[in-house]
Amino acid sequence: MLVVLWTDALIFVLIAVVLGFAFHATRHPHLRVPWQQVGRSRVAAGALVVLSVYVAIGLLDSVHFHPRLEAQTPAVGEASQETPTYSTQVISLLDLWLQPLREQEEKTFSAPFATHLFVKEAMEQPDGSVIRAYPRLEHGGAHLTDPARDRAPDILLSTLLGLVQGLIAWTGFLLMVLGLSAWRARESFAQRVLQLRQEPTQAAWRVAVWTLLVMLVLGFIAAELAVKYHILGTDKVGEDVFYQSLKSIRTGLVIGTLTTLVMLPAAVILGIMAGYFRGLTDDIIQYLYTTLNSIPGVLLIAAAILMLQVYMANHGDEFNSLVERADLRLLFLCIILGVTSWTGLCRLLRGESLKLREADYVQAAIALGVRHSRLIARHILPNVLHIVMITLVLDFSGLVLAEAVLSYVNIGVDPTMNSWGNMINSARLELARDPIVWWSLAAAFGFMFTLVLAANLLADVVRDAFDPRLRGTA
Amino acid sequence: MVEQAGAERGVAGPEAGAAGAAGAAGAAGAAGAVLEVRGLRTQLGGAARPVTVVDGIDLRIAPGETLALLGESGCGKSMTALSLMRLLPLGGRIVAGSVCLGGHELLSLPEREMRMLRGGRMAMIFQEPQTSLNPVMRIGAQVAEAVRVHEDMDRTRASAWVADRVQELLRAVGIPDPERRAEDYPHQLSGGMKQRVMIAIALAGNPRLLIADEPTTALDVTIQAQVLQLLKRVQRDTGMAVLLITHDLGVVAETAERLAVMYAGQIVEQASCAEFFAAPAHPYSRKLLESLPTAAKRGGQLAMIPGRVPALDQSFAGCRFAPRCDRVLESCATTEPDWQAVSQDQQVRCLLWRAGPSSGVAAASAQAADVAQPGETAMAPAPASALAPKLGAEPLLRTEGLKVWFPIRRGLFKRVVGHVRAVDGVDLTLNAGETLALVGESGCGKTTAGKGLLRLEQPTGGRVTYGGQDLAQLAPARMRRLRKDLQIIFQDPFASMNPRMLIGDIVGEGLQALGIERQAARRRERVAALLERVGIGAEAMTRYPHEFSGGQRQRICIARALAVEPRVIVCDEPTSALDVSVQAQILNLLKSLQQDFGISYLFITHNIAVVSYLAQQVAVMYLGRLVEQGPVADILGNPRHPYTQALLSAVPSIDPDSGREQVRLSGDMPSPAQPPSGCYFHPRCPVARPECAQAYPEAVHLDAQHQVNCLPEIVGA
Ligand SMILES: Nc1ncnc2c1ncn2[C@@H]1O[C@H](COP(=O)(O)OP(=O)(O)O)[C@@H](O)[C@H]1O
Ligand code: SF4
Ligand code: SF4
Ligand SMILES: [Mg+2]
Repeated sequence: MLVVLWTDALIFVLIAVVLGFAFHATRHPHLRVPWQQVGRSRVAAGALVVLSVYVAIGLLDSVHFHPRLEAQTPAVGEASQETPTYSTQVISLLDLWLQPLREQEEKTFSAPFATHLFVKEAMEQPDGSVIRAYPRLEHGGAHLTDPARDRAPDILLSTLLGLVQGLIAWTGFLLMVLGLSAWRARESFAQRVLQLRQEPTQAAWRVAVWTLLVMLVLGFIAAELAVKYHILGTDKVGEDVFYQSLKSIRTGLVIGTLTTLVMLPAAVILGIMAGYFRGLTDDIIQYLYTTLNSIPGVLLIAAAILMLQVYMANHGDEFNSLVERADLRLLFLCIILGVTSWTGLCRLLRGESLKLREADYVQAAIALGVRHSRLIARHILPNVLHIVMITLVLDFSGLVLAEAVLSYVNIGVDPTMNSWGNMINSARLELARDPIVWWSLAAAFGFMFTLVLAANLLADVVRDAFDPRLRGTA
Repeated sequence: MVEQAGAERGVAGPEAGAAGAAGAAGAAGAAGAVLEVRGLRTQLGGAARPVTVVDGIDLRIAPGETLALLGESGCGKSMTALSLMRLLPLGGRIVAGSVCLGGHELLSLPEREMRMLRGGRMAMIFQEPQTSLNPVMRIGAQVAEAVRVHEDMDRTRASAWVADRVQELLRAVGIPDPERRAEDYPHQLSGGMKQRVMIAIALAGNPRLLIADEPTTALDVTIQAQVLQLLKRVQRDTGMAVLLITHDLGVVAETAERLAVMYAGQIVEQASCAEFFAAPAHPYSRKLLESLPTAAKRGGQLAMIPGRVPALDQSFAGCRFAPRCDRVLESCATTEPDWQAVSQDQQVRCLLWRAGPSSGVAAASAQAADVAQPGETAMAPAPASALAPKLGAEPLLRTEGLKVWFPIRRGLFKRVVGHVRAVDGVDLTLNAGETLALVGESGCGKTTAGKGLLRLEQPTGGRVTYGGQDLAQLAPARMRRLRKDLQIIFQDPFASMNPRMLIGDIVGEGLQALGIERQAARRRERVAALLERVGIGAEAMTRYPHEFSGGQRQRICIARALAVEPRVIVCDEPTSALDVSVQAQILNLLKSLQQDFGISYLFITHNIAVVSYLAQQVAVMYLGRLVEQGPVADILGNPRHPYTQALLSAVPSIDPDSGREQVRLSGDMPSPAQPPSGCYFHPRCPVARPECAQAYPEAVHLDAQHQVNCLPEIVGA
């Protein structure tokens, strides 16, 4: 049974907005041309492939449902009559896909690719004596009879297998896309391949193709290995760290994008109004954001989250599941982050609108008797859109990182929710152990770093493409 | 930094093969010449599609001589200058030719030596003084830097000597009180002062050659006159040669001895100024002179050059001017014209002159019948019939004591600490179907007056009477209804259209906003008709502004204003950003629209020639107030206010013997935030008296229409 969480709904709204905007952009050269320029950049092409992998995982993780419980021996023919029973648990498509990872829990810590637990346990020997030793893992490497001897060849073999699968998938995908594009351009397939390989205008595509190869091969190798081992180890309660890292992707993306969606209307409307109407309107709006800006953001967030916690504690029965509760807290975090972060964009837009208001074409429109609402919609808004675009992509990575920091001081997302911030937070306590438990931290860092790096690289290209000072006068 | 990088890329190394031989020959033949350029070819853009911006240029400048390089924008003047300095932008390269400075080939010099030459033996000043100075360095330090680079001196006496030299240079370029001024930052100086500092920096290395790229285009006429005079004086004192790049024929006539006319990357005519202005030989030069507006041409249309400057990324077979030439011969499209001598001092690149000087003269004179004599200038009294105000012309729009003040706010609570009195009590009367010209230097409040009139700025005081109503007091909703009658056209054709909108939507905006034409289909028809009327064509509707040139954009702006069928159009310097030939097109269009629809223009300008061609009434503005107004013949022919006289005499004229008395103003216009006491003009007035500082002089009525705000003794009333 499908469950639509609040953030799921907003993500779908966001997708609709993005698609709508993309359609709008294709019909307006001042938006289309910079995006085409972004598309031609090699850096952007690579970053986009990495980002789309993240987004795909995030989207898979955004379709939630109650899994159907195994019906008690439904008799043939009767099945349609029976109302199916559903679990109260909420899982996502990603959970379904990663079922083995999710369910293969160990007792506690284990290192990446380990076959034995990280801590010694008292074990009863067959002869009745009790010794303290590292016990075998229940799942990690359980298929090996002699781990010391078989593990390395097994890993190598699985890696090779993943490599081959990745190559096959990549080739298949490439053949399909090239065939399709050759058919559309009415060229021969060989021609199309030659073009991709040689033409300088196709350089971005070449980078995209190679990045895709890397991502596919890594993905298949991970898939091969993850069913047999905990490739990034397990955490304190024995949960697979690789699984946690994948689940955290959605949290990071939601914080990075929904916050923007929340703050955008306020920032755009107030910013433009302040700059356009000047006078009292400007004074009030400036006062508003100056005041808001001078309250430390962390303080505001802490207060809001604490209030929410109290509310949730008192109204526990309003939430059907832990997941819904965590989701509401995530949404609330987005909103409060949005409230504290719209001022920057608002200020930029105010300045630009102040300038635009004096532009000759705005003066001409006033002389033609154009009404304020129309004037803003037709003359001001389209001419500040590049600022909005640049700010959005620049803010994204900052917000992803902010989540980690907030969770670290315990005012971030719900502790039961998977997020890189929570992973780091819980890993920090284990850093003092000897030998050190490093894998949770490293995994969170690696996943987050890849996302933020890709986002930042893309942001640079987007800024270069949209900033009129960096562009030609066209 | 940019300079070095640009220059290192600028020279394609082994072009010396072709250039070397020419260079040797050039050096031999260049006895006495400061600069000798032969066959200079410069390209921009990728090798696949090079843009040849300079295509085979020959120049020769003698010591102490001023050579003017004349041409419309985009013809390659600036690129020529940058090639000479080897300061080409990214991707620019010199592919052939030789440049000899005092007998030394420059193109084969290593960059290090070239850097020593730049600002040393050859210096350059640019159009925009604001962007050429470092905003965070004191100007004294910037001049001192230039001095130090070019003088080898022992360190002990260095600093004192440098300081003296800086003072000397600043004094030489006419900066008053140089000791104190050296401590100023660039933003504390006016445009004219900055340009003087740039000249001082250029002079620091005692250059043999000064390249001045449109040095006065960004300045007002009175300041332009000061700077040009300064250049002449420096040249007389030091004997340096000047390559003056300009598009202003008047500036050429006043400052240069010889000129070269450039068109599409080539020089098409070289002559001494005397010969050129007496009888231009090339059809393009002739058209340029004919398209200058003057009083004598009031009755008719100005000459226009059809079409546009060709793109330079193509290869040309015949004459580059052929598609636009009205004397075009059959052979012009296929034969590239070479140099023909018209007289000893005049060479031209045109096939008309191939059969010898007489052939060209004959061909030219066939045309010259309707050419206004170049001797006729703005000052010449025009036929009385054209100038006399129409009988019974009734006032359509009138301002009384119009004031627009801008508050100056300071401090935490943005307290108002003063006012910029941009417009400070202006009385104007605009008659139906007539043109009232509002002239004055930049910053004197012309544009603000125009905007105050249309309520684009809220007037601080005074009345604007139109149709029996006071526009200054009208409620916004009622004002909106009147907007239909009052329109505006701006100076900068690139800023006056929303770059994100289609031309069709831009022109139709008023029709839609004011509900004049609600049906989209009918609106499109009207827009199409308007675009046809202004000569753009209906197919422009689905294109964006950036696809059009400056002149075309200005036509579209005119169409936008026309769309709502206004009765008054405020034209805010609509042609000052355009080349003369394009200016002629716009002026012709405005004039014919006035004849067809009886529109009144408030024509804001600083171009006196345009005033003499277009206006019936003239009002002269100084520091927010009118100093003189009346019919155009009175004001231009018989100016009485000292400021009007100075303004008119500062206008460069192509007439060599206009015999005007030169009234040169000193100093700059004061700030309108703190206007001087009494007559605002008294600090600069050459005939000021003690009582001038006491009170603002009352208007003196010389006759029914001509009035002057000055002392009666001075104006002779
Ligand atoms: N940086 C540049 N890149 C490409 N084209 C340029 C550049 N600068 C100038 N051009 C082109 O070179 C030609 C000549 O320009 P310019 O020398 O500036 O002419 P002018 O001085 O007469 O205005 C024009 O067609 C112009 O568009
Ligand atoms: S060569 Fe021919 S086309 Fe060119 S300017 Fe002379 S007459 Fe005109
Ligand atoms: S009033 Fe005096 S200062 Fe003013 S313009 Fe006349 S003479 Fe000059
Ligand atoms: Mg130029």
